[in-house]
Amino acid sequence: MNPIFKTLSSLGNQVTSRIWRLGSATRLFLLILIYSGESFRRIHLTIREIYFTGVMSLIIIIVSAFFVGMVLGLQGYYTLQKYGSSESIGVLVALSLLRELGPVVTALLFAGRAGTAITAEIGLMKATEQLSAMEMMAVSPIARIIGPRFWAGVISMPILASIFSMVGVMGGYLVAVPIIGVDHGAFWSQMNVNVDFRFDVINGLIKSFVFGVACTIIALYEGFDAPPTAEGVSRATTRTVVTSSLTVLGLDFILTSFMIAH
Amino acid sequence: MDKTTLDIWVGLFVAIGIAALMGLATKVGNLTSNTLGETYAVTANYENIGGLKPRAPVKSSGVVVGSIDNIKFDTKTYQAVVTLKIDKRYPFPKDTFANIYTSGLLGEQYISLEAGGDDQFLKEGDRISKTQDAVVLEKLISQFLYNKATEEPKK
Amino acid sequence: MTQKNIVEIEKLSFGYDNRMLHKDINMVFPRGKVTAIMGGSGCGKTTILRLIGGQIKPKSGHVKVDDKIVHKQDRQGIYELRRKMGMLFQHGALFTDLSVFDNVAFPIREHTKLPESMIRDLVLMKLNAVGLRGAHKLMSTELSGGMARRVALARAIALDPDIIMYDEPFAGLDPISMAVICDLIRTLNDALGATSIIVTHDVEEAFSFADYIYFIADGVVAAEGTPKELSKSKLPFVHQFVHGEKDGPVPFHYNAPSYKKDIYEPVEL
Repeated sequence: MNPIFKTLSSLGNQVTSRIWRLGSATRLFLLILIYSGESFRRIHLTIREIYFTGVMSLIIIIVSAFFVGMVLGLQGYYTLQKYGSSESIGVLVALSLLRELGPVVTALLFAGRAGTAITAEIGLMKATEQLSAMEMMAVSPIARIIGPRFWAGVISMPILASIFSMVGVMGGYLVAVPIIGVDHGAFWSQMNVNVDFRFDVINGLIKSFVFGVACTIIALYEGFDAPPTAEGVSRATTRTVVTSSLTVLGLDFILTSFMIAH
Repeated sequence: MDKTTLDIWVGLFVAIGIAALMGLATKVGNLTSNTLGETYAVTANYENIGGLKPRAPVKSSGVVVGSIDNIKFDTKTYQAVVTLKIDKRYPFPKDTFANIYTSGLLGEQYISLEAGGDDQFLKEGDRISKTQDAVVLEKLISQFLYNKATEEPKK
Repeated sequence: MTQKNIVEIEKLSFGYDNRMLHKDINMVFPRGKVTAIMGGSGCGKTTILRLIGGQIKPKSGHVKVDDKIVHKQDRQGIYELRRKMGMLFQHGALFTDLSVFDNVAFPIREHTKLPESMIRDLVLMKLNAVGLRGAHKLMSTELSGGMARRVALARAIALDPDIIMYDEPFAGLDPISMAVICDLIRTLNDALGATSIIVTHDVEEAFSFADYIYFIADGVVAAEGTPKELSKSKLPFVHQFVHGEKDGPVPFHYNAPSYKKDIYEPVEL
């Protein structure tokens, strides 16, 4: 009986601790919003953080987007060809990217690169008492350290997702038209007709914005909450990636069903 | 990393992002001068709109000249009232036909405008009186069966 | 009328669910004096500094700074109280992404609207007071432990605080750096007309500069007095601490069953 009780209690423990953490993270989110006035007065801090989260992620986003676009072109062509619809390859690439792959893959890459950097940085600042020192100097670490990083993440994510989609389409074009030989005009015109600005482009932007909020909050919270030891910080960065990825995929489903039903 | 270099990089980043978004909107999507330009709204009544949806294109001679704004139901006449938004660059005479056609064999439905000969043009808020309903498959089949039935006695 | 005691701790109790760190403690810190808080590791000395700074709230009793109860203040109130305090953290806690200059300038830039030229003069003055004026261009990550702590001290006094708090300032320092900090604590306190509170377990150093010393053990003030009084004290705890004795009221052995039993009888490991 004992091992069964043990597993049950540990399961219950995990659920309650996760709910508690969700509550804590929400409290952090609200605090960030409350202090956002102070954060924006120090606009240069936010710009600095946009550089570190957004600009530094450009390389990985562009390279990944290019490969994803090319794979879509390749895979899509060979499947569409069986139904004689190979000219719709442009539509396939564009819609896949705009609606799903752009926002989701960008979010996952962002969580891995920028998210872990944020968690490690904040965790380390907490461990070396820098956050405490700032508090004692009557400067709110939320306004000055956490806030700017949050707004930087929220601003960077839609930008990165748009760049991802655009580069992906170009990658798909590269494979489809010069390499495989699909007609240049057909590629773009079919795409143009079937991709709707409001439904596809805007919805993709909304998704990437929501993912930006989620991933950045998770990264900030894990760093802020990490035990102030080396092991604690390293485990926190792992948790950032795992939690961000699962949250993004879950939110993607919820948002997609909401958007399609609308 | 001094202040100005940082600002330049971030500015570049945001600029590239906006450029990508614009690229997506225009080249990939269908945000053209049509949707951004000025339009005038007219209505048309139909007995049956078939599968016509809002945002479906309004074409004339195959060229997109506008889009469907919304579709409402009139409880007085029990007809569907479709509001079309036509680009201001394309004026149409008052006796224009607004027919519901299907793209290809089983594609999406759209409204096709065939210009008449009236020297008065449609203004904002006017109603197109000459309309042709969508082709509904069931009616087509019953029509075909009826024709077949009336043919028999000729034998 | 200025209060004689700038900080007063009255009937303070603080602890966590399973154990109380402080039980009904009373302490006073007179203006202009250097007071040391001493005790074994983990007895709650640093926590007292946090209670004074308002980072944590007591379970009962209160801390008064300048006659204002700390934990009853709102955000603006705490902000004003903290502006009067400067704290030196155990390992410096310098901001790693800023240079030495920017670290010391940080509180000045955040709380005043002084022009950059004035800030430059102020920062160099503070760095000069701790002997590191020549190092102002270095990044905080390039400093040795002792130097980092001195820069942190310069940062703590940047706004000429009324209360300077030190959290284990001698931990891990070489004898020379220790002598430097020792000297600075006394000199800065007198030069700034401030009150200093030092948390430490370095007996020799504390006895050399402190005006008054509090000993914390088992959550209460075990002893207090001037260094002279305490070195003559016959209290067993004070005696063990001051003379660095291996065994006494603070036992050598961690709680364990009989030694003979552990060795001779088969025990489940």
